[in-house]
Amino acid sequence: MDDSVLLRVGHRVPAASRLRTSRWRGVRSPHLVGWLFVVPALAMYAAFVLLPLALTVQYSLYRWDGIGPSQWVGLKNYATVLTDPDLVGVILNAFKLIFFFSLIPVGLGLVVASVMQRVARGRFGTVTRTVLFLPQIIPLVAAGIAWKWVLSTSGVVNQVLSAVGLDGVTRAWLGDFDFALPAVGIIGAWVLIGLCTILLLTGMSKIDPALYESARLDGAGAVQEFRSITLPSLRQEIGVCITVTVIAALASFDIVYIATGGGPGLATTVPGLDIYQLAFAGRSVGLASALAVVLFILVLVCVLPIQRLARGDET
Amino acid sequence: MSGTDRDGSLTRGGFVRSPRILVTSLALLAMIASACAPGATVAPSASPAPSTALASAPATPASASPSESAAAATPTCGTAPVVLNAYFETGFDIPFKLSAEFTKQFPNVTWNISQDQFSNLMTSTPRLLAGDNPPDLIRLPTMVSLVKDNLLKNLDGYVTAFGWDKWPAAQLAQNRVAADGTRGSGSLYAAGLNYSLTGVFYNKKEAAQIGMTQPPATVAEFEALLAKAKAAKLQPIMAWNASASGGGLAFPLQQLMAAYGPTQPINDWIFQKAGATIDTPTNLTAAQHLQQWIAAGYFNKDTNATEYTDANARFGKGEGVFMFNGDWQDAAYDTAAPGNIGFFVFPSATAGGPVAAMSSPLTYGIAAKAKNADCAAFFLNWVATNPTGRQVDVTVGGSNPGGSTDLAIPPAAAGSIINDTLAAGGPVAKSNGAMDFIANATGTIFAKGWTPELQKMVGGKETPEGLLKAVQAEYRTELAQ
Repeated sequence: MDDSVLLRVGHRVPAASRLRTSRWRGVRSPHLVGWLFVVPALAMYAAFVLLPLALTVQYSLYRWDGIGPSQWVGLKNYATVLTDPDLVGVILNAFKLIFFFSLIPVGLGLVVASVMQRVARGRFGTVTRTVLFLPQIIPLVAAGIAWKWVLSTSGVVNQVLSAVGLDGVTRAWLGDFDFALPAVGIIGAWVLIGLCTILLLTGMSKIDPALYESARLDGAGAVQEFRSITLPSLRQEIGVCITVTVIAALASFDIVYIATGGGPGLATTVPGLDIYQLAFAGRSVGLASALAVVLFILVLVCVLPIQRLARGDET
Repeated sequence: MSGTDRDGSLTRGGFVRSPRILVTSLALLAMIASACAPGATVAPSASPAPSTALASAPATPASASPSESAAAATPTCGTAPVVLNAYFETGFDIPFKLSAEFTKQFPNVTWNISQDQFSNLMTSTPRLLAGDNPPDLIRLPTMVSLVKDNLLKNLDGYVTAFGWDKWPAAQLAQNRVAADGTRGSGSLYAAGLNYSLTGVFYNKKEAAQIGMTQPPATVAEFEALLAKAKAAKLQPIMAWNASASGGGLAFPLQQLMAAYGPTQPINDWIFQKAGATIDTPTNLTAAQHLQQWIAAGYFNKDTNATEYTDANARFGKGEGVFMFNGDWQDAAYDTAAPGNIGFFVFPSATAGGPVAAMSSPLTYGIAAKAKNADCAAFFLNWVATNPTGRQVDVTVGGSNPGGSTDLAIPPAAAGSIINDTLAAGGPVAKSNGAMDFIANATGTIFAKGWTPELQKMVGGKETPEGLLKAVQAEYRTELAQ
C-alpha cells in the first residue's frame, strides 16, 4: 500500500509542476524535483521495508541457523514449507480470521458511522468516536492480556453467563477447540472496528449533503439513502478498510501470540506464529523466511484485487 | 549489518513502479544478493564447505586455552580486579544470590549482570554469544546448535583441572555434546548451578481427606487416589496446558513413560541418538493412562487455557490434590501454603520398581570468546564445592547442589518442602532414574509437537497412538531441517 502512495507522488508531483517549470528549466528537472521530495521517505522505506524484504527472499534460499555458516539449498525450503501437512489448516485459520478482522469491523463500522452521521453530532459524537478509537491506542499486548482475563474460566464473560443461568455454556473460551479462533477473532474485531468507523465517518463527511436532500425529496428512506448514496461514495474508504484489515488478518501474530499462543492444538495457529517459531525457537531462519515469502505473496494475491476493485474507474 | 551498499543502490535506482515490478525486481535483487550468503562467514552457493567457512571465526573451539591453564595450575579468579559479564534468567533468585556471596568471598570479582526472561534468552543467546561483548557466564536454554556454531567454550580442560571427572557421571552427561551433535556424551559445554527434580506435589489436607496416609507405591495406587479425589468432588490434579507456558501434561506423561519403561530410551530420544524413537510400546501404555486420566476428568477442565503461573497459584490456594511439577517451585509453595504441601517421587508401575524423575541441571555456560573464562569456571566449581555456595543452592534454589557425592547436602529449613524434594533425590539416583525433559529434545518439539498434540488429546481429538506418532514425525522433520 505504501508503495502505491509513493507511486502516486512519483507520478503526480512532476506532472503537476511540469506546466510551470518546464518553460524555463528544461524537461528533466521537474522529475528531479519530484524525486527530491520523495527521497527521504523512499530512503526510510528502502532501509526498513525493501531491504529486509530482499534479505528475507535471500535467506529463504539458504539453510541457516541465524549465526553459523549457511548452505545454499535453492528452493528446497519452499518445498518443505509447501508440503507441510499442517500448512493448509494454518493458512485456513488466517482466512477464517478475515471474517472477524475484516467483515465485522467494516460491516459494523458502516452501520455505526452512518448512525453517528445522522444522529450523533456534536459533543456526543466526539465522545463516541474517541471511545471507539481507544482500542487503537492501547498496546495490543496489554489488550490481549486483558482479553485473556475476560475470557478465562473465572472471567467476566463466564460470570455474566452464570448470572443469567447459562452455566452450561461457560467454558475456558481460549482453550476450547471450537471457540478459541472466534474468541481471538472478536479481540481483533474489537481492535479494528474503531479504525474502520473513523475512516468511514471521515469519508461520509465528504459526501455532498445536497445529494441526501434531493434523495429525500424523491422520497428515499434511510436504507435507500445508505444503499444508493453512502455506500457508493465510500467505495475508496471501504477499500482502504478492507485492505488494512485483510492484511491484519492474514499477517496476524500479536493478538494470537498473546491470547492463545496458537493453541489449543493448532486451532488458532496462523502463519505469522509459525514463522516466529521456526525462526526464533527452531532457529531455521531459511525455512521461516520461505514461509514469510509465501505469506507475503498470499497477502499480495488477496489485497491487489481488492485495491483494483476499490479504485474502480479511478485508475 | 553490512547492507548500506545495497540500500544505497535501491534508493538511487528508484525503480518501484508497481507491485508487479516490485516483486520481480525483488526476485532479481535476491538473485544478486544470493551471491553473498547470510551468516558471518560463508562460501556462497555450490561449495558448502563448512570447515573452511569457519576459518575466519575466532578459532577458540576445542580445549585450547583451558587445558593450557589447567596444566599450569588450577584456574582461579586471581587477585586483580575482575568484572564478570553475566546473563541471568529473570525471576530466579539463585544466580543473583550466588554471585553476591561469591563477591563477598572474592572481593576482587565484581559482576556486570544482565537479565532476561527465559523465552527471550532462547532467541537472543546466539547473538549474545556471537557479539562483541560475549558473556563470561550465561544461562543456556539449549546447547547443541550453539556448540555447532562454536559459540560455547569447551569445558573439558576444567573437568580435569577441578576434578569434576570424579563427580557422578550422570550429573554432567546432559551438558555433554558429542562431535555428531548428539547430547549425553562427548565434550562438556556447560555446568549446572544445581540439579532440579520433578515429581508430584500434594495438598496434605486434601490428601488426608481422601485417606492418603503415605505416598502411593504404584501407579495403580496413585490412580486409586485420583478416583477417590474425584469421588470426593475435589480437583484431583491441577495442571497447566496452555500454549503460552507449553503443554504441562508432558510432565505426567513422561513420569508415566518412566513408570512403565526404562529411562535410557527416553534419554536417547532427547539426546537425539541415531534411530531413537518416542513411539514405543511402553510409552504407548503411558499415553493410554494419561488419556484415561483426561477422560475420567482428573485434570482441571480448563487445563488447555491454564498457564503455569495460574496453575501454581490455584494449587497453592487449595485447588488440586496433586500437581506434577519440579523442586524449583518449592519456595513458592512454602510461601503460598506453609506446611500444607508435600512431595513424593512418582511411583513405578510395580511395587519396589525403579523410580524416575526429570532432573536437569540449571545450565550455565561460558562464551567461546569470553574474556574471563577461567574465573567463570572457577565460580561454577565454587558453587558446587563451597559450603556457603551449596547452602544458598538449597535454601534459595530448593535443589540439589550436585558436585561430589562426598559432600553433604546442606540442610533446608525445618518444615520446608525442600527437605522432601532433596530426600527424593536419593531413590531416583539409586535407580539411575534421572531423565532430561522430553520437551528439550529439539528447539521446537515442545511448541510444535508435544503442546499441540497434548492439547488435542485433552480436547478428545487425539489418540495415544496418534500422539506418539505425530510427535515422532515432528521430531524427524525437525532433525532433518
